[in-house]
Amino acid sequence: MRISVLGIYAILYLIFLYAPIVLLPIFAFNDATIIAFPLTGFTTGWFAELATNTALHGAVRNSLFIALMSAVIATGLGTMAARAGATGEFPFKRGIIGFIMLPLVLPEIIIAVALLVILVQILGMNLSNWTVIGAHVLICTPFSIAILNGAFQNLDPSMEEAALDLGETRLSAFRLVTLPLVMPGIISSLLISFTISLDEFIIAFFLTGSNPTMPVYIWGLLRFPASLPVIMALGTILVTLSIILLTIAEYFRRRGNARAGIKDTGGFL
Amino acid sequence: MTALIHLTGVQKYYGDYHALRGIDLEIRKGEFFSLLGPSGCGKTTLLRTIAGFETVSSGTLMIDGKDMKGVPANLRPTNMVFQSYAIFPHLSVGENVGFGLRKYPMTKDEKARAVGEALEMVGLGGYGARAAHALSGGQRQRVALARALILKPKVLLLDEPLSALDKKMREQMQVELIKLQRQVGITFILVTHDQEEALVMSDRIAVMFEGEIGQLADPETLYRRPNSRRVAEFIGKMNFLPGEVTKLGERITVEVPGLGTSEIGKEQAPGGAKLGRSLIGVRPETLAIQFEGEATDRRVADATVDEVVYYGDMTYYDVRIAGIEKPLTISMKNLIGRPVLDVGTRTRVIWDERSLVVLAR
Repeated sequence: MRISVLGIYAILYLIFLYAPIVLLPIFAFNDATIIAFPLTGFTTGWFAELATNTALHGAVRNSLFIALMSAVIATGLGTMAARAGATGEFPFKRGIIGFIMLPLVLPEIIIAVALLVILVQILGMNLSNWTVIGAHVLICTPFSIAILNGAFQNLDPSMEEAALDLGETRLSAFRLVTLPLVMPGIISSLLISFTISLDEFIIAFFLTGSNPTMPVYIWGLLRFPASLPVIMALGTILVTLSIILLTIAEYFRRRGNARAGIKDTGGFL
Repeated sequence: MTALIHLTGVQKYYGDYHALRGIDLEIRKGEFFSLLGPSGCGKTTLLRTIAGFETVSSGTLMIDGKDMKGVPANLRPTNMVFQSYAIFPHLSVGENVGFGLRKYPMTKDEKARAVGEALEMVGLGGYGARAAHALSGGQRQRVALARALILKPKVLLLDEPLSALDKKMREQMQVELIKLQRQVGITFILVTHDQEEALVMSDRIAVMFEGEIGQLADPETLYRRPNSRRVAEFIGKMNFLPGEVTKLGERITVEVPGLGTSEIGKEQAPGGAKLGRSLIGVRPETLAIQFEGEATDRRVADATVDEVVYYGDMTYYDVRIAGIEKPLTISMKNLIGRPVLDVGTRTRVIWDERSLVVLAR
């Protein structure tokens, strides 16, 4: 078989993308504190150590709580914005929608510093999980809008009108018809927001209170070389979890498209 | 028959756009009424106004004696079949049809029976358990009909319901809709841009142009006696001849170059006749080619065949008559023994005073 230049390029590119991630599970199961080849032996000891680390458990609980709250709030806000963008008519619509999508491209470090100054210096608030949640909602909402925008754009406006026509009120028409039809988008948005929040580091590092989130805790561990394999083990679990969540999200996005009778164009998986 | 829907001076603005420019209309109980017009004429806006999806900018809309001002769509005695059918894809066929019964004080069994009967009525008996998103276009339309009719509305609104179907299916559904309307006796209001569809199905038709009603009449009157050039152009084919009205009275005298002087009845000027230059309309099928050996006691004019279009059952001729600038189109049935004439053949055109229509300028 002849391998073309483009083929070689594609293979190199894939190696570049995934080699670091492949290293995670390799060293997570390696029986040595030093991260280096050759491998010395197989162990599940690092995972066992994870199970006994209570400080880490606290960080994971924090992160899960923050991710869950951020996902729910961001998706709620995103649903409202996407619906307004798709069906509403109001002045400066394009400008407003563009403006709330902006955090998508703003550097997180800028958002983090700005929020720290505002929350602590100006508003005099104490840093806590809720300050992190607020900031994560800020960065997750644009993603939520982007996902749900598709769901609402693809929705035939006659659907809701038909429900109204058949005797439902605006609210019950939304609940009985619109909501089930955009539900795949909502689930997809929840999962992606959850994933973004879960592994977000910069903002959490600035805004976290006395209880660190998981990424912040991991960063703290890096100062101790002996704990590196534990981080590898944790990383392995996180990567697996992320892939599972994103796959579920993509499944729901596609199912939504199939229901609406749209041919799939793109998507991220 | 009594009027079910009363529109008085109904206007609708979208910002600066004047979508409905003062509609006065009465729609009778139990009639099949059509709103016909080119796209953008306001027919769909008018339908949506009756349904309650658009508010009236000024004027009044009464349904069954009640002013509909401030009454939302869900509280009006109307139901609608949408152009896209808007079948809920996440529900089964039966759940779609029974959707409007949710708030009715009926037992589960009663509702199931009503759904079954409604599906039976549209020829989809036994389809209740099927998934709605797996239906064909024609089946979707039937489900949409059943879903709207199950609530026994006073008025059924149909927004271009046949436009998404292929020709054969469309013709079949036209007949079924007429039968259905007679069976249930509900007032149907159909929006369509298809003149043939409107003629086939309606008791009365309102032809709309640019937010106004151009003519309101039964199909035969509309076809035979259009009141203006735009109505005549929109419905069927018509030849337009420049002419002159020379005398008004019980009978109207018109002078048409090439055809001479004719006396016609007042009903042949439905838009009103005025003395002076006028536009005269003649339908192609009211003219005839005089084939060899055919005698006639009607009026004739010498002509030359300019163009021949053969349709199988019909042949359309464009013929030139001395004194008339544009060729006249004539449609002829291809009866046994009738030849198809060649271009350039000299022939004679048979015509009749009764086929002339004076169009309002």
